[in-house]
Amino acid sequence: MEALVAIAIGTLTAAGVYLMLRLRTFPVILGLTFLSYAVNVFIFISGRLAVGLPPIIDKAATGYADPLPQALVLTAIVISFGMTAVIVIMALAAYLGSGDDRVDMGDAE
Amino acid sequence: MSLALIAVLPFLGALLPGFAIRWGRSACAGMAGLVTAIALVGVLQHAPAVLAGQVVQARLDWVPALGLNANFMLDGLGLIFALLILGIGLLIILYARFYLDEADPMGRFFTCLLLFQGAMLGIVLSDNILLLLIFWELTSLSSFLLIGFWHHLPQGRQGARMALTVTGAGGLAMIAGMLLLGQIAGSYDLSVILEAGATVRSSPLYLPALILILLGCFTKSAQFPFHFWLPHAMAAPTPVSAYLHSATMVKAGIFLLARLWPVLAGSPEWFAIVTTTGLVTMLLGAAIALFKDDMKALLAYSTVSHLGLITMLLGIGTKAAAVAAVVHILCHATFKAALFLSAGIVEHATHTRDLRRLGGLARLMPLTFALAGLAALSMAGLPPLNGFLSKELMLAAAAQTVWAGQPWLLGLLATLAAMLSAAYAFRFVVHGFLGPVRKDYPHAPHDPGAGLLLAPLVLVALVVGIGLVPTGLFGALVDAAAGRVTGGQVDSDLALWHGVASPALWMSLAAVGGGIAVLGAYPALQKVWAATARPDAKRGFDAGIRALAALARRSTDSLHDGTLSRSVGVALLAIVGGGIYAFTGGGHAPGARSLTPVEATPLIGWAALMVATAGAVWQHRSRFAALLLVSIVGLMVALGFAYFSAPDLALTQITVEVVTLILMLLALNFLPRTTPSESPVSRRVRDALIAGVTGLGAGALAYALMIRDFAFPTISAFHLAQSYPGAGGTNAVNTIIVDFRGYDTYGEITVLGIAALVIFALADSILRNPHATARLRANRAATPRAGGWHPQLMGVVTRALLPMAMMVGVFIYLRGHNLPGGGFVAGLVFAIALLMQHMASGFQWAQGRMPVDYHALIGAGVLIASLCGAAAWAFGLPFLTSGYDYFAVWPLEPIGLATAAIFDLGVFLSVLGAVMLTLASISRMSVRAGEPADDAAFDNAEGGR
Repeated sequence: MEALVAIAIGTLTAAGVYLMLRLRTFPVILGLTFLSYAVNVFIFISGRLAVGLPPIIDKAATGYADPLPQALVLTAIVISFGMTAVIVIMALAAYLGSGDDRVDMGDAE
Repeated sequence: MSLALIAVLPFLGALLPGFAIRWGRSACAGMAGLVTAIALVGVLQHAPAVLAGQVVQARLDWVPALGLNANFMLDGLGLIFALLILGIGLLIILYARFYLDEADPMGRFFTCLLLFQGAMLGIVLSDNILLLLIFWELTSLSSFLLIGFWHHLPQGRQGARMALTVTGAGGLAMIAGMLLLGQIAGSYDLSVILEAGATVRSSPLYLPALILILLGCFTKSAQFPFHFWLPHAMAAPTPVSAYLHSATMVKAGIFLLARLWPVLAGSPEWFAIVTTTGLVTMLLGAAIALFKDDMKALLAYSTVSHLGLITMLLGIGTKAAAVAAVVHILCHATFKAALFLSAGIVEHATHTRDLRRLGGLARLMPLTFALAGLAALSMAGLPPLNGFLSKELMLAAAAQTVWAGQPWLLGLLATLAAMLSAAYAFRFVVHGFLGPVRKDYPHAPHDPGAGLLLAPLVLVALVVGIGLVPTGLFGALVDAAAGRVTGGQVDSDLALWHGVASPALWMSLAAVGGGIAVLGAYPALQKVWAATARPDAKRGFDAGIRALAALARRSTDSLHDGTLSRSVGVALLAIVGGGIYAFTGGGHAPGARSLTPVEATPLIGWAALMVATAGAVWQHRSRFAALLLVSIVGLMVALGFAYFSAPDLALTQITVEVVTLILMLLALNFLPRTTPSESPVSRRVRDALIAGVTGLGAGALAYALMIRDFAFPTISAFHLAQSYPGAGGTNAVNTIIVDFRGYDTYGEITVLGIAALVIFALADSILRNPHATARLRANRAATPRAGGWHPQLMGVVTRALLPMAMMVGVFIYLRGHNLPGGGFVAGLVFAIALLMQHMASGFQWAQGRMPVDYHALIGAGVLIASLCGAAAWAFGLPFLTSGYDYFAVWPLEPIGLATAAIFDLGVFLSVLGAVMLTLASISRMSVRAGEPADDAAFDNAEGGR
């Protein structure tokens, strides 16, 4: 599974970066979302992969997944939402204010 | 008074003049004077012990791990400087009170002056070279403010910038040098370093450390070739020039040379660099000073010359020379400050400092003439004034030194410099004050009031007094200071008369005679000087700065041209490059971890994720499709979390995914539905390459990480072991969030709340913008609508689901401490339940029935979390310490209740409030876009459309 997860992280990162390099705001926002997935999964797997070992303390459990990256990622997911929301409203403000959803201002302006 | 308190006093006192200015200018100056006087008394209290040869110390550990201690010491050398800084500081404050104009902001002036005073005092009292460096930089910064005090004048700004650039650059070199020195000596404490002279001088790092430290000293003390900033700094008000450029700041470099003399001096390198630099500076400064017509410029170059003299003496490296240096530090400070103050009085009275427009002032301003004349004669080195004393010592030391292989050369050059010094001192008096009274002064000259005269009067009294009774007035002080510099007992022989056998006497006579002759030949010499081409240091400096700025701009522009794609691309490539460098450069063990077997079901999920990702990138121009594909990716990520033993993450990811999707759909409602195809193929290929390289890097790093075991034991074991006994919960993830790392979470919910408020504010500003609202309306008019606005079926179902969803939310919140769930997820579930009502019946209908304000929810959440954290104080525990116990309420099972649950309630409320406020802010736009308000819950109800 390790190789599959690594490929998924790489693909998500590449998709995120490619979309972030686009010229309009909406693809950039989608790119950022992809990048958030990639980063969150990456932090999560820094605790290594574990199947069927949730970090819920139980006498019958044979082992536990690493709880610390999970706790970090949990808050990161929520914060990612906040960040996405801020960027969305900025994109809206830019588009509605100027009638144009380009990320970069042209030289003419 | 503790030395640490004395050092801090001016900084604390710096606040006072700014406040006191509202009670008048005298109160303002008085406050600054009071602070200085208290510090001076504090230093004087220690004087008897210091003069008896003791070293007074005050030690405070600050960052012991770095060797940075707030250690202070006061010895003879420090005492001389502390007395100069505070004593002359007091006189300067008095003078400045009457010198500054009504229009000048006096509060700011004295605040800056006290900051500078504190920084200087810190340098001379530091017993730790790192601490000393901090004060060293502070002098550069505070002197910048003082030199540029008249910031409406361009030369004031330019002079301040030049001084900051030169001394700041030297300060950087000094930092490196001091760090090297600390490394060699094994400690950053000066008292330790001063004992380690032999070790330091035999170290291979001695020469680099020496050169770097000397760069710092030479720039600060305006030594050739860095001397050019000092004359430009004369754009400062005269009290500042008198204070910074005669007695204090420029002496900081000299002080450090003297302070480190026992450690660094005595080597051939030291002799060669320091003596030669001092000699060149002394000669050059004196020559330029002679031909300056501006009184302050003349004094500035004369200061350069005298600083060179002291540097040369310290470079010679003998005991006698070091004593001469210490004596001249004192003498120069007194007569030069007096001269600057006199020049200020002349300018004040006549509105000019140009020697060509002056002359004849002796009869019009007799008191000023007397003071300036005595100080100038001391500078020329005439007996019985104090300048004569130190010049004799200097000439004697120079005569005994072999330089450039010649036993007589240094003596000759020193005599030449003394001659020039005498010449410009005479010129200052003769061209400024003697001669016939003129008719064309810009302003009628007259002696000023006592306020301006008192400070130079005290200084000139010292000039005369020290000259007449040197041993009685400061013999002990010189001995104590020189003893610390040379590291041994010193009994200086200070006297005006050493007998006719002393060569210094004859050199001195030659210098004075020559000085008079030079002044006699001045008109002829001036013509030669004016005809000689000389390099202009300022032009060179400006060109250098321009070149640097252009280079900086070019490199910045090439990395960051203002477009997002350029800066993101450059940053990513740099990160990948750094990663590759680190991976290939460092050693690492091969992966030894046993791999997780591949199973069929997760493989299907993985394939779905890959396909959806590829599809989203491929189809990113049609935005709805891309958005839906991104949601599928999010869903697969959530399933992945569930599969890899992270149920909490799976819950959070799914709920966030729903909320994000709603948010994006709402936004897309107001944005174009498609992305135009506008980037050329070459650009797409380039971006794909960057994306591919970054993706490969991230994937490879993830793989390399996963196939290896932890390099160090992690702290996760502690969290697992302590989750139940320590925090009273079996869900280790939740106990980390609400208990072990509660502080992080506390910060997170605050940030989330702030983000929501930012969104609210931005949405508000959009709605206030008439262009934006016009576009909103046009956009809505152009958008086709579906037939039914709010289908009855959806309305009924969501209404029925609402209490159930809320119950699920409460359940998830309650069980969170022990099983997957918690405040974050519960808040999101609640938010989704409410958002469903918005979708079913419209924003305005649902919003009108919402009894709570979302801002208040966010505030309440953060407040509850804060109070819960602060409650721990009542039990004498640190912020956010939690407690727990078990309660049995029949017929339920015993419930573990931790105070962390209250904290989690805060998390719940702020997450709910933040999500709802965010979405409501964007929804409000649809109202502005002209969406009609609904009176009914859904289409077929009474009043519906």
